[in-house]
Amino acid sequence: MRDVSIIGTGITKFGELWDKSLRQLGLETGLAAISDAEITSKDIDALYIGNMAAGSTLQQEHVSALIADYCGLTEQNIPATRVEAASASGGLALRQAYMAIAGGFIDIAVVGGAEKMTDVSDSESTYAISMGSDEQWESKAGATFTSLHAIIAQSHMNKYGTTREELSAISSKNHYHASMNPLAQFPFTLNIEVISNSGMVSSPLRMLDCAPNSDGAAAVVLCATEKAKRMNKKSIKIIGSGQASDTLSLHHRKELYKLPAIGIAAKRAFQSCNKKPKDLDLIEIHDNYTISEIIALEEIGIFKPGEAAKKSFEGETKLGGKIPVNTSGGLKARGHAPGATGIAQIIEIVQQLRGEAGNRQVKNAKIGMAENHGGTAATAVVHILEAE
Amino acid sequence: MSGIVSYGAYVPIYKIETGEIASVWGADGSAWARNLNVYSKSVPGPDEDVITISVEATRQAMKRTNLNGDHIGAIYTGSESHPYAVKPTSTIVAEAISATPHLTAADYEFACKAGTAAIQTCLGMVGDKQIENGIAIGVDTSQGAPGDALEYSASAGGGALIIGKKNVIAEINHTTSYTTDTPDFWRREGQKYPRHGGRFTGKPAFFKHVMNCGMKTMEMAGSKPEDYKFIVTHQPNGKFPIRAAKSLGFTKEQFETGLLTPRIGNTYSGAIFLGLAAILDIAKPGDRILAVAYGSGAGSDGFDITVTDHITKIDRTETTEKMIEKMKIINYATYAKYRGKLNMGASK
Repeated sequence: MRDVSIIGTGITKFGELWDKSLRQLGLETGLAAISDAEITSKDIDALYIGNMAAGSTLQQEHVSALIADYCGLTEQNIPATRVEAASASGGLALRQAYMAIAGGFIDIAVVGGAEKMTDVSDSESTYAISMGSDEQWESKAGATFTSLHAIIAQSHMNKYGTTREELSAISSKNHYHASMNPLAQFPFTLNIEVISNSGMVSSPLRMLDCAPNSDGAAAVVLCATEKAKRMNKKSIKIIGSGQASDTLSLHHRKELYKLPAIGIAAKRAFQSCNKKPKDLDLIEIHDNYTISEIIALEEIGIFKPGEAAKKSFEGETKLGGKIPVNTSGGLKARGHAPGATGIAQIIEIVQQLRGEAGNRQVKNAKIGMAENHGGTAATAVVHILEAE
Repeated sequence: MSGIVSYGAYVPIYKIETGEIASVWGADGSAWARNLNVYSKSVPGPDEDVITISVEATRQAMKRTNLNGDHIGAIYTGSESHPYAVKPTSTIVAEAISATPHLTAADYEFACKAGTAAIQTCLGMVGDKQIENGIAIGVDTSQGAPGDALEYSASAGGGALIIGKKNVIAEINHTTSYTTDTPDFWRREGQKYPRHGGRFTGKPAFFKHVMNCGMKTMEMAGSKPEDYKFIVTHQPNGKFPIRAAKSLGFTKEQFETGLLTPRIGNTYSGAIFLGLAAILDIAKPGDRILAVAYGSGAGSDGFDITVTDHITKIDRTETTEKMIEKMKIINYATYAKYRGKLNMGASK
């Protein structure tokens, strides 16, 4: 198996990008990543696109060919593949490209993620997101994505005594990080009191516990490490990759206060590079809800079960703390464009490992992890990156 | 100079509180009221519609002056809730004030700014001496689908302005418009309730048009915010107009008189007319007013207005404020009955 490196990145601001179409977003970030990698379209062997909801929000399927077309890659009839795993679409697209290069099938791939969530009404985008859960057992019965995570949060609170303030501290910390990220959707700070008193969505989750449905796109260029070295590219190596699945519907699981697929995917990623949680300098976590970040940190092994909320509240996951988490602002404050989120996480880690994260730079960052999951973590994808 | 010769306003006597609507839907009423800055909204009675409200407002405007129907050469009524799809509101108003038959009349539709488009038409006709006076009306009995966010604000009311050259109480120094194709809010033929683009109705719609039109109006007038005593903008809720006014450089003292939505809801085409009426009720000679309407779809009409000495010579005892003070609270059941929201089933 060959080593694989990231040699270029491109990302848009996340938010309500009403003046940009999906194809524009894909084009912008694709070109930015290619430009950053200093390659031409002729160097690209394959294109992978993470996208969750274009079919339901834009009535546009076949997104891979669309983006390839608008990026000018159809002249060379490039293989273009769309990957869909709800909000894990981006991370999973990256993993497909990683495996194709590591397996020796191709040398260079562009991996993009793009999503348009605000061209439809709130109820339509909520419904589109709910398609990541079990249609027969959950969404059709009226369970929204937030209500499913509310059940998870209630279970975690009952099991470990997790408090309202501890949930709010996650959101507050991520907003603090986003205040230093010019591409974040909500680049401002919010204190715990404001978050704890925001509108109730589904008890105990309040509005400011929930990530937004955003527009946005992100792209990276992956290259076989040996080739990147020959090309003298400044690169960040993908040293670990893991993926796991779980039951799609929540009620089929043994415990509701866990998201086991995240732990298994992380374990597989750690095993693939012989690293441990203590080796990480920073993590991007899929905090679609505040409770998700708490449980993910426990599943990955950063904290023992039942301790993540308390440790996070004490500041261990804040920039300058023991293990900074979501320095980008996370899904909550950088924004959450489902297909693009997994790639945006990777780009944050790349920027940190390159030492290009500006005010939110983690000192001496060498190894970082990105955890991306879909649904109630029925799919989890974890990557570990290392500065070369 | 052409301008406003007289004005009239009408707000239905019934109102429903935001908390009452929220309680029916299991929502947090105080949060809705706070977030929209709308605490109650007017409700038309079962015998009221755009025509009756237009007639009431126009009669009040006529009553303030010595004019009779013979002096009215045009009536244009702007609304998105005309009772008839085919059959003008304006002709009924014309009959009600004895202005028929020697006048022109038509109904306008441009979401919430149809009435201000009517003002501009009248200004053109008066300026061109085609007519002595014209009446521009902006009225709506707007609809919000049960449970939709619009139900907390969509209300009823409106006003009428007589536009002419003689005895004007307020000169319209400048007017301009800012228009684009922006689909933020719409209702198709035959649909009972409008649809809207949620947050899209804010920044790229209301704020883009109101801000640009407001700035352009001041640029044409060579004026600054501090030159104005009052500002009134369209007010789809109680927050947007405050944010727009502040962004344009205006203060609370300048926008609070014309801001009625927190108490009567969004009267759509009537909003700018009612806000302007509340201002004219208390305005003094020399006071300057900036008025910026907004209609979804989308466009804004801006007006730079100066109150004249003649305002002291008209009867201003009947005020918009008095009308609002007289309003009676009704419950959701009565509201549902008055607004035709009850499905009585098919008759046999």
